[in-house]
Amino acid sequence: MNTAMNGTNEVLVDCQSVWKIFGARAQAAVKAISERGLSKKQVLQDFDCVVGVSDASLQVRRGEIFCIMGLSGSGKSTLIRLLNRLIEPSLGKITVKGKEIARLNPGELREMRSRNIGMVFQSVALLPNRTVLENAGFGLEVRGVAKDERNRTARAALEKVGLGDWTSRYPKELSGGMQQRVGLARALAADPEIILMDEPFSALDPLIRRQLQDEFRQLTKSLGKSAVFITHDLEEAIRIGDRIAIMKDGVIVQVGTAEEIVTRPADDYVSDFVAGISRIHLVKAHSVMRPVAEFKAAEPHCDVNALLRTSPEADIAALIDLTMQSDRDAISVVENGAVIGVVTIRGLLRGVAGTPTAA
Amino acid sequence: MNPDILKFSPGAYLAPAVDWLNKNFHPFFDAVTKLIEAVLGAIETALLYPPPYATIVIAVLLAGFFVSVRVAVVTAIALTFCLLAGFWAASMQTLALVTVAVIISVAVAFPLGVLASRYRKFEATIRPVLDIMQTVPPWVYLIPAVMIFSLGRVPAIIATIVYGIPPMLRLTTLAFNQVPKDLLELGQATGASPRSILFKIEIPSATPTLLVGLNQCILLSLAMVVLAGLVGAGGLGAEVTRGLTRMEMGLGLRAGLSIVAVAILLDRVSRGVLQRSQAPGTAKPA
Repeated sequence: MNTAMNGTNEVLVDCQSVWKIFGARAQAAVKAISERGLSKKQVLQDFDCVVGVSDASLQVRRGEIFCIMGLSGSGKSTLIRLLNRLIEPSLGKITVKGKEIARLNPGELREMRSRNIGMVFQSVALLPNRTVLENAGFGLEVRGVAKDERNRTARAALEKVGLGDWTSRYPKELSGGMQQRVGLARALAADPEIILMDEPFSALDPLIRRQLQDEFRQLTKSLGKSAVFITHDLEEAIRIGDRIAIMKDGVIVQVGTAEEIVTRPADDYVSDFVAGISRIHLVKAHSVMRPVAEFKAAEPHCDVNALLRTSPEADIAALIDLTMQSDRDAISVVENGAVIGVVTIRGLLRGVAGTPTAA
Repeated sequence: MNPDILKFSPGAYLAPAVDWLNKNFHPFFDAVTKLIEAVLGAIETALLYPPPYATIVIAVLLAGFFVSVRVAVVTAIALTFCLLAGFWAASMQTLALVTVAVIISVAVAFPLGVLASRYRKFEATIRPVLDIMQTVPPWVYLIPAVMIFSLGRVPAIIATIVYGIPPMLRLTTLAFNQVPKDLLELGQATGASPRSILFKIEIPSATPTLLVGLNQCILLSLAMVVLAGLVGAGGLGAEVTRGLTRMEMGLGLRAGLSIVAVAILLDRVSRGVLQRSQAPGTAKPA
């Protein structure tokens, strides 16, 4: 899940304390919030305005897949639309590739949307009167790319998503999963650095969904794209995301890697969510190991250097396999040639059950 | 209090206004008359110059080539009927009249309809106007039209346009309001210009409803040709009027059925042309 991020730590999308308030008196509500710090409830009572996104801050780095997980009404769809200014923020600052998008004029905004930020929709939004190829080339077409080049790029993008043989079909001839692939190909054909995915796989059946999740992750990583991925399914977020933000009632409750969220939920809401998640691929050796000194104190006769070795990033499934191969009950965790901790069977059991770890 | 003060007599204000228009803008109205007459005359001449069977053959070939075999068959039947009913010239005159009226109606109604779908207030403002246009009997606004443009085809065409605009306008607004929101969002998220969104997303999605509007526009315009006969525009309307005034059942019926034939012809052809140019959504296996 949590492979090392490729690329640098360059921040592509930066949201700072962004608010979105819907309603006729949104302006007044914004003023009251910035001056008096009203709560959502008060805003609804005093101004009859609904807070869509409340004080959201997040950074998306280059090459990263950033998932935003929340139930319906949590403001996740609003938040993703703030990132390409399909919705104007009421308050706060959003920077994409170093440019503050609220300051762009309409032409610059179109340019940014067409070159830097792609988007894939839950409803797919394919144009029914166009073939698959023409749909995939739509972004290039509105950018004014000549037909030959447009078709070549669109065809290449369709081949990447495995639809090379379907170019002359119409959307209604395709299954839901294939249609969503066309949506993805359309976004990829424009070659943006950032792809916004608005619950793209939610309407698909579970098998196709899993398949598309894996393909999407692999494709995004191999092309070096960054993505913001909206989902209401925590398992999907864990499968796909390098980092996950959990939203509730317009507020980002927690941001972290899947492992951080599962092992250290920020509040009861998040822990309810993660309760049903299998940990064996999420929890890593470094969070279940005991420090070497502690282990030596407990088992003075055991030589940690003689144990089977693994890295701090090995997950519980791998640790269990190693333990089964070993004639000892412990595995040593090695980083840069030095033993930094020991995973015992007790530690593994703790990791699987999810009770608070020793660390 | 004298209730006479409250009596409503718009004619007292309207008549001088028409007079004033007539006096001061006569050259303008004259130019409009000449332009419409010229266009109508050209279309009529083109339709009537070759012998009828030649026109029929050409029309059928064009329909078969550019639209479809079915439309070609309909074209052949409709035109042959008009010829056999003995109203070839009248039918062609009516065809020219309706074609010009529909083109102008659409040219006016389409942009206004798009505006109405974009701006709620504009829609609220024009809705009562459209109601008036559709419900006031056309004879009423024919009076000032005849006063300004005198008898003949021009006032008839203007009355036809006034009658044809509301359905086209309303259905244009409806068609644009029905464009799926996710497609519009796609256009914006892709960085498409408003122009691209209009031509590449909105119009293609709106086409089915726009076609209904066009169909209504054509049929209502045809219904008005009877009126055109009343003010001396000739065509099938004149034949119907003659049948009515002489109480000749056969004449009236033949003319009436010819109108139906022209209506079906115009509807099928326009529909076929537009559907074809819009690329098939119902894709056939290649």
